[in-house]
Amino acid sequence: MLATQLSVDDLVSRIPDGAKVAVPPDYSYCAMAAVRALIRRGARDLHLVGVPTFGFQGDMLVGAGCVGTVETSAVTLSEHGLAPRFTKAIKEASIKMMDATCPAVHAALQASEKGIPFIPLRGLIGSDILANRADWKVGNNPFAENDDPIVFLPALRPDVALFHAPMADKFGNVWIGVRRELMLMAHASAETFVTVEKIVDYNLMDDPKTKAGTIPGLYVSAIAEAENGAWPLGIPNGYDADQEHLTAYAADARTDEGFQNWLDRFVYETAAQAAE
Amino acid sequence: MSDFRPEEVLIGAIAGALDGLRHVAVGASSPIPGAAALLARSRSNGKLRVSILGSEENNFFTDGGKELFDVAGQGRIDAFFLSGAQIDGQANVNLVAVGDYARPKARFPGSFGSGYLYFAVPRVILFRLEHTPRTLVEKVDFISAPGFSDDNVHRPGGPYKLITDRCLFHVDKERRCFRLESVHPGHTVEEIHEQTGFTFDLPNGEVPTTPIPDAASLEIIRGEVAEEIAEIYPAFAARVFRVGRAA
Repeated sequence: MLATQLSVDDLVSRIPDGAKVAVPPDYSYCAMAAVRALIRRGARDLHLVGVPTFGFQGDMLVGAGCVGTVETSAVTLSEHGLAPRFTKAIKEASIKMMDATCPAVHAALQASEKGIPFIPLRGLIGSDILANRADWKVGNNPFAENDDPIVFLPALRPDVALFHAPMADKFGNVWIGVRRELMLMAHASAETFVTVEKIVDYNLMDDPKTKAGTIPGLYVSAIAEAENGAWPLGIPNGYDADQEHLTAYAADARTDEGFQNWLDRFVYETAAQAAE
Repeated sequence: MSDFRPEEVLIGAIAGALDGLRHVAVGASSPIPGAAALLARSRSNGKLRVSILGSEENNFFTDGGKELFDVAGQGRIDAFFLSGAQIDGQANVNLVAVGDYARPKARFPGSFGSGYLYFAVPRVILFRLEHTPRTLVEKVDFISAPGFSDDNVHRPGGPYKLITDRCLFHVDKERRCFRLESVHPGHTVEEIHEQTGFTFDLPNGEVPTTPIPDAASLEIIRGEVAEEIAEIYPAFAARVFRVGRAA
């Protein structure tokens, strides 16, 4: 079966307002061109899930008013400091925050992957993470002879997984190599949309070396070719992050005017160029 | 006494808490713990594995973001590092917010893996460079991960040491508090009392000075460790060791 191939703008038009969207951290493969397209489309009230954290893409989406709920273990711009738009939104209580811890996000996605309603996880007991998550429950290990409290997490099933990848084939198989959190995201989500550096003519499943790191097209709703689609982030073994741009963003985004200026310059005005 | 940098004292002190272990994992934004782990590995004659998040060369995981936590859950990680915007006298760690959680005065990135790893890893070394009453507090505003748990809670892991830019504390698991272990060169016990927001135990007798790493360790730190840490933390390596690209 051939893949559904769309432009980046058409790809994000399939992500409705209010959707629960899972995205990876900056050190994985982030669909930054698609994030800019989401902002241009004026997406609203997204429930953004960091797997297990997110960085620049989340700060940009929050700043542009696209996000209603943030569910993540952290929002970080790494050595570029605190995420300014996210921090502002939290201080103003303009978004709903669901703080998590990394393995809880992974485990809840694994429950969805297996089609089971919940999954237990050690740790968390006595934390304010747990105290502020009404959707998580403490139960008792049913196999223990004595009292053994353990946290139960409901399965986390995102409406959409959105990420970038080095390549896909025309059948919609997507190569992600060792970035297997992307595999988990695809397995666990109702739909998966992927931007890729290139779409190859051969089948990635034909060679065991690529097959081992390939998400089967079964999980992939649509792909869009987007060369440098992770910019201004990089992709491991592909291209480096544009540190100059990231530094400038982190500075600009500290003020409303600065962030608006960044949007005007890099999201709206370059729309034609970015969507090519 | 030879010339040394304050970072080298910290690296040496942390490495001392890692000698003899099988596997040390280092999280994000941790150049000094990363350097300490690499020093301990160099001294281990190939017995110690080190995995560093964000590194291509020192990261052997192949099963995605979850593998580190799965590995910790099985008891395959002996030591890990946690920091905190606030750390209190009961070793509670706050990585989330200062003030009211719903409308915080300050908001930090978030808890990362702390709410799990603090329970799972036997030797968690708390690491906070800014040692002031603002960071080392009587009680944290938000518990990302509690220092200690009730006896019925499954918890093979927990706090082992707390290291700051002024001193090293040991964790007394019985009394559930910190005990001052040593004060770094150039700092005083009086200053530690002034700058710490929680009460802590003192050792019997005189408080030792944190040792300066010996010549062999300093050579390793400035040589192979500096070079390897530059892969992940180029700015740190350039500032402290003047290696790698300019920051």
